[in-house]
Amino acid sequence: MLLHLFALLTAAATAVLIFAGGLVTSTGSGLSVPDWPNSYGWFMFTFPIENWVGGIFYEHSHRLIASTVGFLILVLAFWLWRAEPRRWVRRLGFIALGAVITQGMLGGITVLWYLPDPISIAHASLAQIVFCLTAAIALVTSPGWRRCYVARDGADLSAGSGREAARQPALPGRLAARADVAKADDRTLQRVARVTLAVIYVQIVVGATMRHTDAGLAIPDFPWMFGHLIPDHWDPKIAVHFAHRVGALCVTAMLLATTGHVFAHHRRRLELLRPSILLLVLVTVQITLGALTILSRKEFIINSLHVVTGACVLVTTLVLTLRAHRARFADALVPAGGAAGARLAAGPDHSDAAAGARA
Amino acid sequence: MRTLVFTAFVAALTAAACGGSEKPAPAPDAPVSNPVDPATAGAVSGKVTFMGTPPPSETISMSSDPRCMNAGAKTETVMVSGDGSLQNVFVYVKDGLGALKFPVPATPLVLDQKGCQYRPHVFGVQAGQTIEILNSDATLHNIHAWPQANQEFNVGQALQGMKDTHVFTTQEVMVPFRCDVHRWMNSFVGVVAHPFFAVTGADGAFQLKGLPPGTYTLEAWHEKFGTKTASVTIGAKESKDVAFTFSG
Repeated sequence: MLLHLFALLTAAATAVLIFAGGLVTSTGSGLSVPDWPNSYGWFMFTFPIENWVGGIFYEHSHRLIASTVGFLILVLAFWLWRAEPRRWVRRLGFIALGAVITQGMLGGITVLWYLPDPISIAHASLAQIVFCLTAAIALVTSPGWRRCYVARDGADLSAGSGREAARQPALPGRLAARADVAKADDRTLQRVARVTLAVIYVQIVVGATMRHTDAGLAIPDFPWMFGHLIPDHWDPKIAVHFAHRVGALCVTAMLLATTGHVFAHHRRRLELLRPSILLLVLVTVQITLGALTILSRKEFIINSLHVVTGACVLVTTLVLTLRAHRARFADALVPAGGAAGARLAAGPDHSDAAAGARA
Repeated sequence: MRTLVFTAFVAALTAAACGGSEKPAPAPDAPVSNPVDPATAGAVSGKVTFMGTPPPSETISMSSDPRCMNAGAKTETVMVSGDGSLQNVFVYVKDGLGALKFPVPATPLVLDQKGCQYRPHVFGVQAGQTIEILNSDATLHNIHAWPQANQEFNVGQALQGMKDTHVFTTQEVMVPFRCDVHRWMNSFVGVVAHPFFAVTGADGAFQLKGLPPGTYTLEAWHEKFGTKTASVTIGAKESKDVAFTFSG
């Protein structure tokens, strides 16, 4: 449980880091500290606080928060390596560590090379991956995940909605278990959630491209585009901006499809219902923030909130997607009848056995 | 054998790290003497004005750094006097000098950071001339120049009195400077291959002296209003007037 809480803290710190990174870009402070890893020649952690002025405040804070997140992920990876029985989760910790180190290097390189667009875009895009990895670790170390979202008293939380369940004739023992397994392993939901996740990530990369190529106001009006439904003239910046707006529509449509499927078929599965409701709230907030970013001429707080809310949409979708796939993991339980300990998967989980031997 | 291979590997690495394949530095250019005969040299002078109602200068909020100590400072983007004279316009000979080469001044040009503003806001240097960048403020600045034809640079000056020097080697009009710590701070330098340039003062006037007889294209550049060009022909020891007018 402590490990899960620590992973949650790390994921939350990563979200704060993304917001801080958004502030750096939104205030144009990326080059206010020209050296790296030092700050104006000082060792980063001894840079006097009275010198945190102007753009330095944002850039230096970002570096310090990034260092903290890097340290948290290092501890998390070590903790997982020592305490986590599942090999793939331990690997996830090391992948997160590698990602955050790469992320730090990209941050340094982009400063030393004067913010070249490809590096800055890669830095912004990898940040989302780091957030996804820390959130995924927090999820798979959670008590709910471990008991396959079966209630502690053994009640089945994976059945369909109440009305749907009422329509279903009662099935005898093993058949009922199979039906519930099919319900928990909903391939349609898994597919649509995966596509939604991919579409959101592409949208975030397009957004990062828009930010770092200074195309955020290439189309200056909203909801129209130069007074039209489609821009009446084009250049590369307008095209990137337009792609981001079209992407927003695609993301919204995909999220409606995913959450709609959850509402229609899995209303009683709280582990799917909750992130679905949250996603609808987040995407509404996100579209509002996107509009306000344009209407406020990229006010830096609004702009940065748009960045971090986008990251939250991505991570919430990831949580929903992973939970939808829960039955397909090697350590999944049979979700009916409180048969805790029984395996859904045909094969044994070798990684658990190996970890047991290590312990 | 293994030791030999290892030694060769280390030697190769060392050579690469130390720039072992670096070519010898090119010989310095021969000194150039002024090709203009003072007995025939002419001049172009004139004035730059603004027609219309200029946008007002805005008061800069420096609250993000109390050490700037320059309350009430105004933006210098558009500075128009009561009679319409336009300040901070860079005027230079854009074309007409052919292949003439001119000596580069040995005196550096000083770009000062004072009261969290660049002094001067617009200036010119000859390609190859040293720019001395000075921090007169009791706060930190970074000096970030992002030219197109020259080398971009970004240096920090953490302490009052710090100096750095930089040389732009290629003609480029204009090279922007910015301080990313204090986002309101910006400056522009015109880098030209000859000494025939000027920046208008509060009276909007400029003068280009010592020009050889010939026909020239002059260009006037302003940060907000763009560029204007004019053609002028001067004879031996002749002076001509050229006027540029910008409008909003």
